[in-house]
Amino acid sequence: QPQNEHIELHRKRYGRRLDYQEKQRKKEGREPHERSRKAKKMIGLKAKLYHKQRHAEKIQMKKTIKMHENRNTKKKDDEKTPKGAVPAYLLDREGQSRAKVLSNMIKQKRKEKAGKWEVPVPKVRAQGETEVLKVIRTGKRKKKAWKRMVTKVCFVGDGFTRKPPKYERFIRPMGLRFKKAHVTHPELKATFCLPILGVKKNPSSPLYTTLGVITKGTVIEVNVSELGLVTQGGKVIWGKYAQVTNNPENDGCINAILLV
Amino acid sequence: AEPAVPQTMAPDEDVQRLLIQFRDEAGESLGSPFDVPDEPVPLAFFVHDAEIVVSLEKTLAGQAVETEKVLDIIYQPQAVFRVRAVTRCTSSLEGHTEAVISVAFSPTGKYLASGSGDTTVRFWDLSTETPQFTAKGHRHWVLSIAWSPDGKKLASGCKNSQIFLWDPATGKQVGRVLCGHSKWITCLCWEPLHLNPECRYLASASKDGSIRIWDTLMGRCDKILTSHTQSVTCVKWGGDGLLYSSSQDRTIKVWRSQDGVLCRTLQGHAHWVNTMALSTDYVLRTGAFEPAEATINPQDVSGSLAELKDKAQQRYDQVRGQGPERLVSGSDDFTLFLWRPAEDKKPLERMTGHQALINQVLFSPDTRIIASASFDKSIKLWDGRTGKYLTSLRGHVSAVYQIAWSADSRLLVSGSSDSTLKVWDAKTKTLAIDLPGHADEVYATDWSPDGQRVASGGKDKCLRM
Repeated sequence: QPQNEHIELHRKRYGRRLDYQEKQRKKEGREPHERSRKAKKMIGLKAKLYHKQRHAEKIQMKKTIKMHENRNTKKKDDEKTPKGAVPAYLLDREGQSRAKVLSNMIKQKRKEKAGKWEVPVPKVRAQGETEVLKVIRTGKRKKKAWKRMVTKVCFVGDGFTRKPPKYERFIRPMGLRFKKAHVTHPELKATFCLPILGVKKNPSSPLYTTLGVITKGTVIEVNVSELGLVTQGGKVIWGKYAQVTNNPENDGCINAILLV
Repeated sequence: AEPAVPQTMAPDEDVQRLLIQFRDEAGESLGSPFDVPDEPVPLAFFVHDAEIVVSLEKTLAGQAVETEKVLDIIYQPQAVFRVRAVTRCTSSLEGHTEAVISVAFSPTGKYLASGSGDTTVRFWDLSTETPQFTAKGHRHWVLSIAWSPDGKKLASGCKNSQIFLWDPATGKQVGRVLCGHSKWITCLCWEPLHLNPECRYLASASKDGSIRIWDTLMGRCDKILTSHTQSVTCVKWGGDGLLYSSSQDRTIKVWRSQDGVLCRTLQGHAHWVNTMALSTDYVLRTGAFEPAEATINPQDVSGSLAELKDKAQQRYDQVRGQGPERLVSGSDDFTLFLWRPAEDKKPLERMTGHQALINQVLFSPDTRIIASASFDKSIKLWDGRTGKYLTSLRGHVSAVYQIAWSADSRLLVSGSSDSTLKVWDAKTKTLAIDLPGHADEVYATDWSPDGQRVASGGKDKCLRM
């Protein structure tokens, strides 16, 4: 029983043994073996008490290990069935709450008044003339620069014939002319390859609309007779609008969403 | 032409038949005598599809008829019995702790079962209108229930894709739980009685796109019919050994129930096919029970299996008539198609006119009228044979969810999300009675086959009779 702090003083002055950490580590490693050796050898009342204590310790340890294991897993709560039971015919439909229906009606009325129409791609980057049209130099000295070539994908109708080459101002190369578009039905989530009937509106400029240039955000009209839609009167719908969702000149195909 | 006054003459006092001879006032006989069965069968007379209600003259006034041609007057025998319209709510049966999703009367009208979102199926005692049994076992919402055609078993399917079978007399489970589907069960349909009087096979349709035929005696899956690419919304077991299934992939597939081989694919719809109805639906549902013979206290059908089978076969042949079964399908594309699936891949008729998706279509029990309930708040009636539009029944203020015909095909009840039920007269095509009383949307309606009661359940957790 040391009476003073000479052990601590020595430690402060001279530090510990060089292999102190190693020895500490190995001692801790031996500890469970020592404990079990002690537990096996003990007899009598001492043993009873010790075993009781050890049992309690073991249970506690097992519990904490299990809790750690379940820390990151998420279990399905088997007991509770979710509320809002709905018959089979309503299951795949999102039921609209009545408040939402009223607010939607008001919003639609406002939009109609403002003249803004809901399209899936509302805002697109406006494409400047230098980007869409490339200057073609003509003439003996290649000085005249009144011809332009369209660098984006375009649609020309069925009965399209070029103007005489001497007089045509806008050249639409055959390689960039497309007739079909991959149109996705937003609710069915199915995509169909439908022939294009025409370009309705190009958001960048009305000039592009007349030329038939198709860029991202253009509203095109497609032939949907393949889908088999029918009006209330029984007439078959064969044309519907769709909006282009990709940059066709980069991908080589036109992807669009049907505007229902 | 002078209107001829018909006078019946019965020269031969034959017990069974009557000879009728049309006679002029002057005494000149018109045409040759023809005989008519003596049973007091009420008849309805039609000229060019317009019923003769008041007098022949009035009906003809509206039509351009050539006086030279022979006028065909078509008679249609109506059902002998009449079902009185339900007028009031006799009781409100509480007991479910969540919304009531499906309601069905047993084929004889003896038992009533209801499935709900609280995962239980409850059986109700009809004579006292109190709860009888609560069948616990499902672990999720009970989406669809179906009675076997002999009324001895009830199958219920839940959102966890399990099917349980219950005995209505004791409320206990029969046999094993039928597991096998991977997503929820949308529809259940038993094999018709006249094909198998033991009522052994059950077809189930599920969101996972497959249809399974279960052997309820052995408690295992007999056949799996896979071909649909999306959820199967409805399955019907026809009386000719064909199984029809409609799906969200816009097609209807026809299978042979004997070996589970795909016979035909009916294409034409432009959106999900929500619902189907067979012309022989009602007679397949009631099996050997004849609604005309119903008594005040509904009883089970009695008789040996062979007798039941014969009776069911007779009734089936009578309703089916000459041609093959007709199938009508309603879809999200606001139209209905009328098909003859056993014969043709092309539809007979495309019925347009609805302004929102169609939730349920039903043939009337005598197969003459098709009723379609839609989310555009109206019910449209169409001719059952040709699919021609008859009339629109308007009155609901919100989506119409389910409809049910009375056993004599004269009345139609409809339940809607505006929490009311309305009873319509099919003859005058107008509203007969309005049945308010539910506190919230009405999800399920059914008319008992003996015509005595209508049961309806909905979001307000109580069942009304």
